[in-house]
Amino acid sequence: MTPIHDLIKKLANEHGRNRRNLLPILQGVVEQEKYLSEHSMIEIARELNLSAADVYGTATFYSFLEHQKMGTYIIRVCKTITCSMKGKNQILLTIQDMLKVGLGETTSDGKFSLLQTNCLGWCHKAPAMLINNEVYTELTPESVREILSQYLKK
Amino acid sequence: MNTKINVTINGFQLEVENGKTILEAANEAGINIPTLCYHKDLCIAGNCRVCMVEVSGQKRLAAACATPCEEEMEIQTNSLKVRNSRKHIIELLLSEHNADCTKCYKNGNCELQELASEYKIMTQDFLRLAPMKNYTIDQFSPSIIKDDSKCIRCQRCVRTCAELQGVNALTVAYKGDEMKIATFFEKAMNDVVCTNCGQCINHCPTGALVERNYIEEVWDAIADPNKHVVVQTAPAVRVGLGEALGMDIGSRVTGKMVTALKRLGFSSVLDTDFTADLTIIEEGTELLNRLRKTLQDKDTNVRLPLATSCSPAWIKYIEHQYPELLDNLSTCKSPQQMFGALAKTYYAKARKIDPDKIVSVSIMPCTAKKFEANRPEMHDSGYRDVDYVLTTRELAIMIRQAGIEFQKLPDNKFDRLMGESTGAGVIFGATGGVMEAALRTAYELVTGREVPFDNLNITPVRGVDGIREASIKIEKPLKEWAFLDGVELKCAVAHGLVNAKTVMDAVKNGTSSYHFIEIMACPGGCLGGGGQPIPTSPEIRQKRMEAIYAEDGAMPLRKSHENPEVLKIYQDFLGEPLGPKSHHLLHTKYIPRERF
Amino acid sequence: MVASSYQLKRADFIFKNDNDWERILDKTLKRPPQELINELMSSELKGRGGAGFPTGLKWKLTAEDPSDEKFVICNADEGEPGTFKDREILSKVPYKVLMAMAVCGYVIGSSKGYIYLRGEYKFLVPELNKAIQEFEYYCKEVGHDFSIQIFLGSGAYICGEETALFESMEGKRGEPRNKPPYPTSNGYLGKATVVNNVETLAHTFTIFKYGAKKFYDLGVQYSRGSKLFSVSGDTPKPGIYELELGMSLQDFVHEFGDGDTKAVQVGGASGFLVPRKRFDKTTIGYRGKLTGISLPTGGSMMLYNSSRSMYNVLDNYLEFFREESCGQCTPCRVGCQQLHSGIKAVKRGEKPAQYLDKLLKLTETMQLTAKCGLGQSVANSFSSIVENFREEMIY
Repeated sequence: MTPIHDLIKKLANEHGRNRRNLLPILQGVVEQEKYLSEHSMIEIARELNLSAADVYGTATFYSFLEHQKMGTYIIRVCKTITCSMKGKNQILLTIQDMLKVGLGETTSDGKFSLLQTNCLGWCHKAPAMLINNEVYTELTPESVREILSQYLKK
Repeated sequence: MNTKINVTINGFQLEVENGKTILEAANEAGINIPTLCYHKDLCIAGNCRVCMVEVSGQKRLAAACATPCEEEMEIQTNSLKVRNSRKHIIELLLSEHNADCTKCYKNGNCELQELASEYKIMTQDFLRLAPMKNYTIDQFSPSIIKDDSKCIRCQRCVRTCAELQGVNALTVAYKGDEMKIATFFEKAMNDVVCTNCGQCINHCPTGALVERNYIEEVWDAIADPNKHVVVQTAPAVRVGLGEALGMDIGSRVTGKMVTALKRLGFSSVLDTDFTADLTIIEEGTELLNRLRKTLQDKDTNVRLPLATSCSPAWIKYIEHQYPELLDNLSTCKSPQQMFGALAKTYYAKARKIDPDKIVSVSIMPCTAKKFEANRPEMHDSGYRDVDYVLTTRELAIMIRQAGIEFQKLPDNKFDRLMGESTGAGVIFGATGGVMEAALRTAYELVTGREVPFDNLNITPVRGVDGIREASIKIEKPLKEWAFLDGVELKCAVAHGLVNAKTVMDAVKNGTSSYHFIEIMACPGGCLGGGGQPIPTSPEIRQKRMEAIYAEDGAMPLRKSHENPEVLKIYQDFLGEPLGPKSHHLLHTKYIPRERF
Repeated sequence: MVASSYQLKRADFIFKNDNDWERILDKTLKRPPQELINELMSSELKGRGGAGFPTGLKWKLTAEDPSDEKFVICNADEGEPGTFKDREILSKVPYKVLMAMAVCGYVIGSSKGYIYLRGEYKFLVPELNKAIQEFEYYCKEVGHDFSIQIFLGSGAYICGEETALFESMEGKRGEPRNKPPYPTSNGYLGKATVVNNVETLAHTFTIFKYGAKKFYDLGVQYSRGSKLFSVSGDTPKPGIYELELGMSLQDFVHEFGDGDTKAVQVGGASGFLVPRKRFDKTTIGYRGKLTGISLPTGGSMMLYNSSRSMYNVLDNYLEFFREESCGQCTPCRVGCQQLHSGIKAVKRGEKPAQYLDKLLKLTETMQLTAKCGLGQSVANSFSSIVENFREEMIY
């Protein structure tokens, strides 16, 4: 893991230091850290010569740019119509039961965060979820248990 | 392009300049279209949607503020469709709003309330969303209170903070139903880069952003028989107070204001203009000293340009944004704080009053002055130098509460001892005024002659351009200032912190050649301050500015160094400018702060 | 249900593996831009993202703009509930989209293209980048100056709205802009910009390869060509299907329904719900037909059978809009909250059934006054559900 400061410098070198490069930089930090801390946002603001508030305002607009500490694996269960009617809640309950984590919470070992999200674009294979960038579709309580047990071993 | 196009508004044919919006065209035609997110000082947002109008041939309504007129456009501003929609929008805003108007500081001066009244929204059919929200109130700042429950999310404050001030302390955060106006990580305004300038208050249509008021504290002090309550009034208050009390914009009410303050029960009514004159002596001397050290002694440790330090929002701004340039700031306290330090020392001694019993109140066009008075270093008198700072608006409230019919008041004069002032002190209230006052004095000090401008009016530093530059060539100086012979003194004036940024960037990059810069945080200077009457606009500020210069022109004395009370205080108390006593009471230090 | 004699007309252009894109590109770039615009115009291709703006006209307007710099943006922010076709195009036939972007660049005078890809599809990036590299390499070989870059979104439905998309690409909150000015003159970075949906671009490939007539001959008047449909919900065969426009919903349900279809949501959460009794009166296509209702769509077709509660469906849509509204304009920000909380209050009996009428009026206002398509179109699903299934909304 690159220290935050170096990571932000690296990202700024790579993408540029204009306002229009803000999103890729925020995404780069989230990719490594899973979330944007106060410190990260301040460093990004400094690097791009923006106000910290502007960085915060922009980041909070986007659902995937978390600004609270997240687990190593962020589980995002789709809650939009088709997934919802095809058993999303059963999937949620299975995950909550298995990981002992509430919705919007992170497991005490900091490994998993459980969130809901809007339409992931897998309605024909509902219900679906993302674990970090990985998609899992046509979920059943059984398949979810299987998937999670793989992650638990990681 | 100056081409004209034809439009029809509510059946009236009208010729308007190409590029004008529907709103501007309607205003020209004398037709009012309600607005909330629109403000003359700011860029167009088009988000509140109360200015919707019907355009023939278009399926949807158009936002009048954001839609340019087109040739042959037919516009209806009061059709049934428009009225019903507008009513809906107002109802929606009210449903999300803490509409407990009787308990609101802005009750009676709220654009949303006015609209609700205009459209006679008598029922609450929609669900009340406000109680379901996690609204917070931030009252940690000594200057500004931010109450989310009163916010209608028009973003005027955000645009103000960014476009006028370049501070960007406020932002829009989150989206959807959670969208709100926030600071960085929703910290208290007092803990972020906010300068307390109060421009957000001046531009807020509702009670979401208001000054922290100290009205009750001041009434208590006045009522306390053991207290001697002195009050000072800043230059810009005398051209704003009348406006806040129903008089014409730009009314000059100095005499009435003094009478009103006496009737409110203040023990002594004094003038910040006196310490403004004093500031000129101290700051002018400081400038000349720095010039001497730089030009004559070739001392490289001395920083030029010298920047004025009267505007406390500017001070906090530079502390955050340019901490490396703090040495460029004049060490002079602002006139308010000089006054405070002298009130509990010089004044107390002369009037034989125990300083412990003095309550020092100031009436300011400014909310940042509240913060300034609260700064821990402002205790040089041995006490808190200024106890309470009221804005022009708060004073107007007190006058109304006291049942005083302001317009009918006779004129009165300030009390003596720290009540005498000159025109130079008055113009502190307008952008460029400190510069002009300083030049009137410094030039004469150096050359023995008056500044070479007609009737002492140094017009190049006046006006409303964001940044103005002027230079004045010094010829045939007195012997003591021989090193200044032929020197072209270069000055810059900026108002609105976004313009200060431009000037300071030039200073920082070494691309400026200024000797002296005046910076006022607020647009127009103090006359457009965050504590002045609401509303504000370029036209309103223009009128106040005219009033300031008229006030200056009407003063018998117009140069700070001719103020007899100023001469007296050096003789009786301070000794000499920049002397040890001055240094102790009238000068200060600055604190570098975090930029983020 | 009466069995229809009509057969759904399947088409197979989009996913056909045309491995001759290099040749098509060379050929197309040799034709004068005006000719290409004419070809597009005569094909009558309309935007496949849902709004249905004529693609040829969009290119033409942008080509005519005097901007010193112009951009081509492929809108891959596919966020409409029930839509998933664009992902499939980008993963199966990305070169068609890339080629179309380059042709668009040639026509309008732009050498810079972006693909605004929703964050949810991040996993596509490595493969897509590979395709882009290959494509750019080829362009360089043949001396055509055009580069393409992926810009990744981060979870915001509204960024599919083109001006919100610009704001997002400029590093800001994805808040839609005031219009006018339009993207064809003031788009990304204030420059003239063409924003086309992924599928629209893929269709232009078909048109440039096979000619406008081939495309025009598909579909019906005002609704020419084929279209990808994302089929989901209560259906035995969910998936992506390319069909000619102009089909009747009756026929669609006959093919894709499970025998018990109660209603179909056409066009996603921002589209319309059509109840069973209107299936035969509804055709899928753009406006202009003389009889019956014609529904334009981005291709989302969600089927609901009798076991589904339309209250729950509406509740889900409204929660979606309430969260995904950018929040800047009053009618959308507050309106969505009122609608969502309002139907709950009616369902719980806290508000009388007539309150639904007040809410219907509110959706009219939202349609008239919201700043962008999101707030304007919430009315579609709300009114079509509440009017057709009112009894399900009431306690």
